[in-house]
Amino acid sequence: MFAFEFMRHAFAATGIVAILSGLVGYFMVLRGESFAGHALSHVGFAGATGALLVGMPPFWGLMGATVLAGVAMGLGGRGTTQGRDVTIGLVLSCMLGCGLLFLHFLTTSATRATALLFGNVLGVDRSMLGWLLVLGVGCVLAMAALSRPLLFASLQPETAEARGVKLRLVSTIFLAIVAVVTAECVQITGVLLVFALMVGPAATAQRLTATPGWGIVLSVLLAVGAGWGGLALSWWTDCPASFWISVLSTGFYLAAGIRRAVEGRARAGEC
Amino acid sequence: MSGHDGHACCGGPVAAPGAAALPPIDMAHVTLRIGDRTILSDVGLTVPAGAFVGMLGPNGAGKSSLIRAILGVVPVAAGRISVFGRPVGRGNHDIGYLPQFPARSAPRLDGRSFIAAALHGERWGLPCDWRPGRHRRHDAMEIDRVLDLVGATHLAHRPIDHLSGGERQRLLLAQALLGRPRLLLLDEPLASLDPHRAREVVALVDTIRRQLGIAVLFSTHDLNPLLGVMDRVLYVGRGAARLGTVDEVVTDPVLSTLYGMPVEVIRANGRIFVVADGVVQS
Repeated sequence: MFAFEFMRHAFAATGIVAILSGLVGYFMVLRGESFAGHALSHVGFAGATGALLVGMPPFWGLMGATVLAGVAMGLGGRGTTQGRDVTIGLVLSCMLGCGLLFLHFLTTSATRATALLFGNVLGVDRSMLGWLLVLGVGCVLAMAALSRPLLFASLQPETAEARGVKLRLVSTIFLAIVAVVTAECVQITGVLLVFALMVGPAATAQRLTATPGWGIVLSVLLAVGAGWGGLALSWWTDCPASFWISVLSTGFYLAAGIRRAVEGRARAGEC
Repeated sequence: MSGHDGHACCGGPVAAPGAAALPPIDMAHVTLRIGDRTILSDVGLTVPAGAFVGMLGPNGAGKSSLIRAILGVVPVAAGRISVFGRPVGRGNHDIGYLPQFPARSAPRLDGRSFIAAALHGERWGLPCDWRPGRHRRHDAMEIDRVLDLVGATHLAHRPIDHLSGGERQRLLLAQALLGRPRLLLLDEPLASLDPHRAREVVALVDTIRRQLGIAVLFSTHDLNPLLGVMDRVLYVGRGAARLGTVDEVVTDPVLSTLYGMPVEVIRANGRIFVVADGVVQS
C-alpha cells in the first residue's frame, strides 16, 4: 500500500489533518460549537465552486470563504455561538444552494463536485501536502497561544470576562482557526463529512476522560486512528476512504457510549 | 507579651499602614443603567472591611448588574465605584467572583480541571496544568489550597456533571478564592439549593470570611438563610439602594419605598417574612 506515492501522500495528509481536527475539535465540542464547524464547511463549498467559476484554485476559494465566515461569526456573536442553530442552519443551506448554482454554471464533470462534497484524499499532490503542513503548523502554534484563555472562556465565560478575557476576541480567533482546519479537512473528507474527523473523535474523547489534557491527546489519537484506519480499509475493500472514516468515527463514539453505560450500571450495582 | 498582640503572627502579607482603612466597596453618586432601565440612581454607600453583606431586592432589581458593575464589566452611567480605593476595572485580583449558576449544561470535566482553567486563565499560552516544573507545582498548590478551604478535596476528581447543585457551588466558591482575593462577590449562590444545603453554603462562606478576614457581598432573594450571619443588608429596588443593619433596613417604611408599594415585615420564630401586595416575598 505504501509502494505508491499517492498513498504515501494520502497518509501524510490525513495524519496532518487528523491531528489538527482532534485538537481543534476538542474545543469545538467543549464549547458546543460543533454545528458551527459544519456550517463553515458548507460556506467553503460555495467559496470553492465560486473560485472554480472564476478560474482560481478551489482550495483558496474554500479557505477564503471559511475564514471570512468564521471571523464574521465570531465578531457577530457575543463570545459564543451557542443557541444560534437556526441562523447557522439557514446560512448553511443558503451556501450549499449558492455552491449548487456555481456548479450549474461550471461545465466541469460531476467528479469535481463529488470530490468537494465527499473528499478526494487520493488526489492530494505534493504542493497541496506542503500547504496542509504549513497551515497546520500555524494552527497548532495559534492554538498553543490561545488554549489557556479559550479553555477559561469556554468553561466559565462570566468569570473569564470579569478577569479580563476578551470573549469576542478569543471566540473570533478560535473560529478563524476552526475555519482553516475545516478547509484542510475538506481535502480529506469533503464538505459533507467534516463532522467525522472534527467532531466524532473529540466527542468520543470527552466521553472517555474528564481532564482536558488527556481529552485532547485522546481526541488527536482517535482522529488519526479514524483517518489512517479509514485509508487502510479503503485500500483493502476498494470503498471510498471518507466512507470508512465516517464509519470508524461514529463507531468510536457509540463504543464509548456503551462503555459509559456499562460502567454506570456497574457503579449503580455496587451501591 | 502584652502590647504586641497585633504582631504576634508572622508570615502572611502585612497590609501597608492605612490600607486596612480602605473600604472594599465605596460608591459615590452612582447611576447605573442597563439598556433604558435605571438600576441605580445617584446611590452612595460604603461597605466596611470584613463585612458580610447580604444583597436583597425584587427579581430584576439589578442585583447581578450591580455585581457586574463592581467587577468593571458593566460601566456606570455616572458617579464612581472604587474597590479598596481603586477605580473598578476588569482583571482586579482583589475580587473573587461566583457568577449566577449558568443554565448551560455542565461540562464533562472533573472539578480540578474546572478550577485549574480559572487559575490565571486570562493569560495567553498553554493551560496551567501543561506548563513545566516549578510553575505547575506552584499552581497545583494553589488549587489544593482553595479546594481545602471549601472542603471539596474529595470532589476534585469527579466529573462535574455527576455532582449535586451544592457540590457544584462549592467548586465555584473554590474557583472564586483563587489568587487570594480580599472581596468576594457571590451572585445568587443559593439559587436552586434546598434550605438545608443553603444553610451549609452560608455557614461555609462565613467560616471562610472569618478565616481569611475578607469582605463578602452575597446576593440572594431569600434573606432568612443569612440571618444571624450577615452583619449588613443591602436592599436594591426601584433605582435606590439602602445599606444598613437588618434592623435598620428590613422595616416597613424602608422596604415600602424600595418596592414602591405597601410592604409589611413580619418577624416570627427568628425568621423574617416580607409581605408585599399580599404576597410573601421572602
